[in-house]
Amino acid sequence: MTRFVERHPARALIVIIAIALALWLIFAVWPPGLEDAIGRKRVFLNAVFNGITLGGLYFLVASGFTLIFGLMRNVNLAHGSLYLFGGYVGYAISASTGSWILSFIIAFILTALVGVLLQVVVFRRMEGQDLRQTMVTIGLSIVFADLMLWACGADFYQIQTPNWLIGPIELPLITAIKSSGEPVYLRYPLVRLVIFAASVVIGVAMWLALNRTRMGMIIRAGVDDRDILAATGVRIQVVFVLVFALGAGLAGIAGVVGGTFQSLSPGEDIRFLLASLVVVIVGGMGSIPGAALGALIIGLAEQLGSVYIPTYAIVVTFLIMVLVLAVRPQGLLARR
Amino acid sequence: MSKCSVGLIALSSLFLSGAAIAQEKIKVGVTATLEGTYTVLGEDGMRGHLTALNVLGKKVGDKELEFIVASTDATPDSAVRAVRKLIEQDKVQILLSPLSGDEGIAVKNFAKTHPELTFINAASGAQETTYVDPAPNFFRYNMDGAQWQVGLGRYAYDTKGYRKIATVGEDYSFIYTQVFGLVLEFCGAGGQITNRQWVPLGTKDFASVIAALPDDVDAIYLGLGGADAVNFLNQYQQAGGKAHLMGGSIMIDQTILSSKGNAKNALVGTIAASGQADTWDDPNWQKFVKAYQDAFPPNKRFPSPSLLATNYYGSTMALILAMREVNGDLSNNQAKFKEALAKIEIDAPNGKIKLDANRQAIGTNFVTEVVDDGKGALFSKVVKVMPNVNQTLGYDPAVFAKIGLPSRTVPECKKY
Repeated sequence: MTRFVERHPARALIVIIAIALALWLIFAVWPPGLEDAIGRKRVFLNAVFNGITLGGLYFLVASGFTLIFGLMRNVNLAHGSLYLFGGYVGYAISASTGSWILSFIIAFILTALVGVLLQVVVFRRMEGQDLRQTMVTIGLSIVFADLMLWACGADFYQIQTPNWLIGPIELPLITAIKSSGEPVYLRYPLVRLVIFAASVVIGVAMWLALNRTRMGMIIRAGVDDRDILAATGVRIQVVFVLVFALGAGLAGIAGVVGGTFQSLSPGEDIRFLLASLVVVIVGGMGSIPGAALGALIIGLAEQLGSVYIPTYAIVVTFLIMVLVLAVRPQGLLARR
Repeated sequence: MSKCSVGLIALSSLFLSGAAIAQEKIKVGVTATLEGTYTVLGEDGMRGHLTALNVLGKKVGDKELEFIVASTDATPDSAVRAVRKLIEQDKVQILLSPLSGDEGIAVKNFAKTHPELTFINAASGAQETTYVDPAPNFFRYNMDGAQWQVGLGRYAYDTKGYRKIATVGEDYSFIYTQVFGLVLEFCGAGGQITNRQWVPLGTKDFASVIAALPDDVDAIYLGLGGADAVNFLNQYQQAGGKAHLMGGSIMIDQTILSSKGNAKNALVGTIAASGQADTWDDPNWQKFVKAYQDAFPPNKRFPSPSLLATNYYGSTMALILAMREVNGDLSNNQAKFKEALAKIEIDAPNGKIKLDANRQAIGTNFVTEVVDDGKGALFSKVVKVMPNVNQTLGYDPAVFAKIGLPSRTVPECKKY
């Protein structure tokens, strides 16, 4: 941090001003002139919160994707299918047992198992052959999509939000002052906050696991140099299976989350595959903090875009990707 | 859980088409949105089509109609691709296509490149399709989106007392047409539209859209369909939304009213207008509902046919009846058949339908209100029946032409 400021004082200043401006926009009561220029503060705050919570969902999907890529160098293009599969499993569990929490656990376990199968049956057979792996996973994603269409139909499913999460809560953020002088606080859907908090917890737990445990050390070593790690006697195949299971399981959890605050239907697999690709390209392939930053940027861009430039909202995310590829092709937080 | 019967039928009809037998066949290509946001609409459209075949049969004199199904995803290019495939690979002579608004405009334009074939619109409802530069071989037996909103604006203003409303709609031609119809009537009566929000087809996250809804309005009009509508309602419920709602024709429809989950309950009491009403007591309608219910097991259909099923039923009916009138004679570039199509008046389940000079339907419209049947199922109840609705909505054609074509901002909110 200090080194960055020392090396690029001008850039650091711009960043600090941007952060200060963002904080002011969020916490201050907007003067009337500003409201006339860019609309009500409530809309802005909602868009920011939606962007952050959507970023939480994108992070859940993309972190597994980037973890698998970082360690095994295989681009698993069937990752979106794992997301959708997890969602459908979650729906089935929550519809039959009525338990939202249980649906997360089962979805995690089942998608992790599918991930293990994928790793053992498919990827282990073609280790190091990038193109072959990519083609096979594209093929698998098409097969999975059709199998799920066959099993679940093309209907859209929504996982029932538990009763204690339905409805909005008031946040201590003032959106406007009434003429009587009474402040109006921001009301925001509770379920999205809970889901965001959960994704932060998962993110922090992953970071801790990677940086503070022996297993994490092995995985990081594997990311840096797989062959040397294998040469030191670590059973690398076991590590691969575990990481694949974790990445797939996270996609499954994300499926339940997506099914709760959006919906599940054929085509969602491709959408989330694309989203996680964009996120990891922006953040940097193989980097967990990169996935978090990328998810946040893409989520915010989508939501702010849909409010302030609705016509071009779809282009914004891709513009960001193009910009990152042009300026810093390895991704914002990639090490190499 | 599985709703794949339609898909299987589509598939099997594809396979069977290879094994044509001696009898002379007339090949008809059908497209429906069996992918993407509007999948559920496409599936129910196909159910309506199959119900018509059940009721009317496929025989025309000593010939037999053979139907080949292709899937689209509500985008214009997918529709043109499907239609082209049906014509070039399957050699169909007649098309029953397409389902969605933008698809309709594209297929109409494509129809001009094949003047020898006949195109019968399946369910699409953009105004431009038949109003601007219509194709002489394109026939539409359902009303357009604006016709389907007739009666709603007045009812909202006069009976419900709404004065200011805002709209949220999917950003494409059919919803433009629906809002066009609503705005003309509501603003004509003296109402105000404060805000029109447009969201891309296939939007998943509506949270920011919901946050941007104004709260100083009497009601919010929703012009959404399929997965978009369900997503919107779900997130609307999570955000604790409480406004009065008004609905477009595919928003207040069995495709949404029978979706899973309880978010749809926000719609109880919502007023809407459409080319049909679930609880209409007309014997012809009741007969159609019965035929639809008998044709499919309860878990593979909606409690009552959706607007798409009704449209596909009507267009299939027109095709078969006109074909029987000319006894399957498709000689001379199908001239006789086209003539019969232009003249035919059908007794469709949702009222009598005849075509105008642009080969666009003149039919009956319904103002409805959503009711709970007491067992948790939602239906649209008839409030008002409006017969003989034409494409210019009763306006003088010259005045109507000056309003402009439906778009994000047209028409202006004023009295024309």
